[in-house]
Amino acid sequence: MTLFDHYASRLRDAAPVALATVIDGPHVGAKLLVEPDAAPQGTLGHPELDRVVARDALAELEAARSGIRHYGPEGQTTPEDLVDQPTVRVFIESHAPPPQMWIFGAVDFTAALARVAKLLGYRVTVCDAREVFATRRRFPMADEVLVSWPTPVFEHHGHTLGARDAVCILTHDPKFDVPAVQGALATSVGYIGVMGSRSTHARRMERLAEVGVTADHDLDRLMSPIGLDIGARTPEETAVSICAEIIARRTHRRVPSLRDGSGDIHS
Amino acid sequence: MKDLLDDIERWRTAGERIAVARVVDIEGSGPRDPGAAMAVTASGEVAGSVSGGCVEGAVVSEALAILNGERSAGIVTFGYSDDEAFAVGLTCGGTIHLYIEELDW
Repeated sequence: MTLFDHYASRLRDAAPVALATVIDGPHVGAKLLVEPDAAPQGTLGHPELDRVVARDALAELEAARSGIRHYGPEGQTTPEDLVDQPTVRVFIESHAPPPQMWIFGAVDFTAALARVAKLLGYRVTVCDAREVFATRRRFPMADEVLVSWPTPVFEHHGHTLGARDAVCILTHDPKFDVPAVQGALATSVGYIGVMGSRSTHARRMERLAEVGVTADHDLDRLMSPIGLDIGARTPEETAVSICAEIIARRTHRRVPSLRDGSGDIHS
Repeated sequence: MKDLLDDIERWRTAGERIAVARVVDIEGSGPRDPGAAMAVTASGEVAGSVSGGCVEGAVVSEALAILNGERSAGIVTFGYSDDEAFAVGLTCGGTIHLYIEELDW
């Protein structure tokens, strides 16, 4: 099996893998294939360079980032060690597993949001406690449909959520919303959005306060009401406003989120 | 790269020689992010893309030059900001750095 065959099989399995290639300097074309929980394969021409690049490649993989990094021929990284040394430019190509979106509530908006999220490359899970609504037949586009209350889902799988992932709570029902928000806040998920009118939102904030969700650093994480203020009306338009908000939060762009405004959501 | 695998494996099985170009850096605006890839066979078949169609023709020429032994693997730059850059540019005004090599690993 060649290095490429191994790399190709990781890609096909959607398993995390980073490929480091020397693109400039000594040993152009040399490669190191890096994956979590396994020894790197190949070499860039020096064991110390391999060690340092493997370490950096795992970090890049974690962040789902691809780009060029500079080293000395023996893996030097500090500027004073790089004086009078040829520079080795290494391209690290990361293949991270797709980000996750968990959607709570099997409502009208859910199918549209799941479709838009799939378009953007998310692995989509739909969750609702009501067996008649949370069916594969209603959400064929989702990767997974769970019949469950939120708390056990977060208890079992919450640790898999990270900065690139999103939790969207669309239920409008406090007995489902409140535990879903609590569950999401206990994870390091990057985006938490909660749907509802401004009055639903106000009532929900009271319920959350009653169960002890009052800290500013928790409340700051909640995008509620969910979505950007683009006057979205249909489920599809709302899905676009939610996904656009997720992108803007990730890229730190200043855009009008419904959370930060007032007045009617549907004007 | 993932979307090129079917073509690449078919070509490899058929014994075709293949060059791969990958976007490794973008300055200014660029249509594709680092990691975007395109593959070219010695017989001129192409899969994938590295821009919005602006530089693909020139990439094919570079890829064929590598497969013909006329140049070695390395970085190729397209854009306007660099004197060394090729005349072919991106209509969006950005500069794109590609690494092109033969897929012989």
